[in-house]
Amino acid sequence: MERSTIDFWVGIFVVGGIAALVMLAMKVGNLGTYNVADTYQVHAYFSNIGGLKPKASIKSAGVLVGRVTEITLDTTRYEAKVVMNLDKRYQFPKDTFANILTSGLLGEQYIGLMPGGDDQMLTNGEQLKKTQSAMVLEDLIGKFLYSKAEEPTKQGK
Amino acid sequence: MPVAKTIKGIGNRVINAVWRIGMATRFFFLTLLYSGSSFRRFHLIIKELFSTGVMSLIIIIVAGLFVGMVLGLQGYETLKRYGSESALGVMVALGLVRELGPVVAALLFASRAGSAMTAEIGLMKATEQISAMEMMAVNPIARIIAPRFWAGVISMPLLAALFSAVGIFGGYFVGVVQIGVDEGSFWSQMQAAVDFREDILNGVIKSLVFGVAVTVIALYEGYDAPPTAEGVSGATTRTVVTSSLVILMLDFVLTAMMFGGK
Repeated sequence: MERSTIDFWVGIFVVGGIAALVMLAMKVGNLGTYNVADTYQVHAYFSNIGGLKPKASIKSAGVLVGRVTEITLDTTRYEAKVVMNLDKRYQFPKDTFANILTSGLLGEQYIGLMPGGDDQMLTNGEQLKKTQSAMVLEDLIGKFLYSKAEEPTKQGK
Repeated sequence: MPVAKTIKGIGNRVINAVWRIGMATRFFFLTLLYSGSSFRRFHLIIKELFSTGVMSLIIIIVAGLFVGMVLGLQGYETLKRYGSESALGVMVALGLVRELGPVVAALLFASRAGSAMTAEIGLMKATEQISAMEMMAVNPIARIIAPRFWAGVISMPLLAALFSAVGIFGGYFVGVVQIGVDEGSFWSQMQAAVDFREDILNGVIKSLVFGVAVTVIALYEGYDAPPTAEGVSGATTRTVVTSSLVILMLDFVLTAMMFGGK
């Protein structure tokens, strides 16, 4: 076969392969979906994070506004410290409430932000003071059993 | 003494196997050592890219399409039981990008291109073309082996990426167009679950490793083949069998290293 024909087909092959990779990265992967360039960082303490993982999404009113970047155990207060990157476009009041929620019945856990009413906005490096930990099924059952035991028995004596 | 004979037989086989592995490793390093000249004469690699990469395109694309379609169908049947059909995109994409893309593409590549490489080089050896090259002071490893090696290493990740991309469209076709899974959740859940570095890049690394393994096995088997018709046919068979097994074993090791223990 002529050399230029070979060059042509190899060119098509290589370009097609690279196009497939780019398509995988952009359309299938999360490279194109969230731009992490313009963010500010805040952190919050939770007494229990349940199944929250780094890179979990942070949503407010269901809209993706950032991602969890780091989860560590703070040994001075024995609570989980969750560092999150929020999109610069979205500003939140200082008394914003951070909840750990679950998407769907068996879904992943994410952080939901409920804006408060403060005039001051959160800035880089600040802490979200009001948090609510993840629901842990065992705790719920424990509470339920405890409250059942507290109830006076109907039969009496 | 039948016992001593059996033990001798086992020892002989093990020594042979170790010897062959050692020779293949030396052969691999020699190939790397002499591959400088094949990059200076890049058209040699392009010619091999045509016969290994371009000629494997059709089998890769058709196989990828059907694998993706089957994944879509089977995934739907299973996910339907848990009412989570919307996760079909995640299942198809992760299955293809992490495992099936690199592995099946490498298996097809081994049987489509690897066997051809072995037969070609084995016949070159049988017809004494390689000896003739050595007589003319042309290094056969630099002239014949290295361009084929690099062509295989370059084309393998591209073929695996094409396989995954086509397969995802196959899954999309069956899942969304035929069965009627919601299109938005198909793509958005996929994008939320597939990580570029964790999943796609690891798949590319896997296919690169498979590319190196398959081409080294194919080239070594060809170079080492007894110069007879029978020898070449045996070497071709061994290429396909050995490289398929090596791909599957390496896949386990790589998966354990990349995704295990987390």
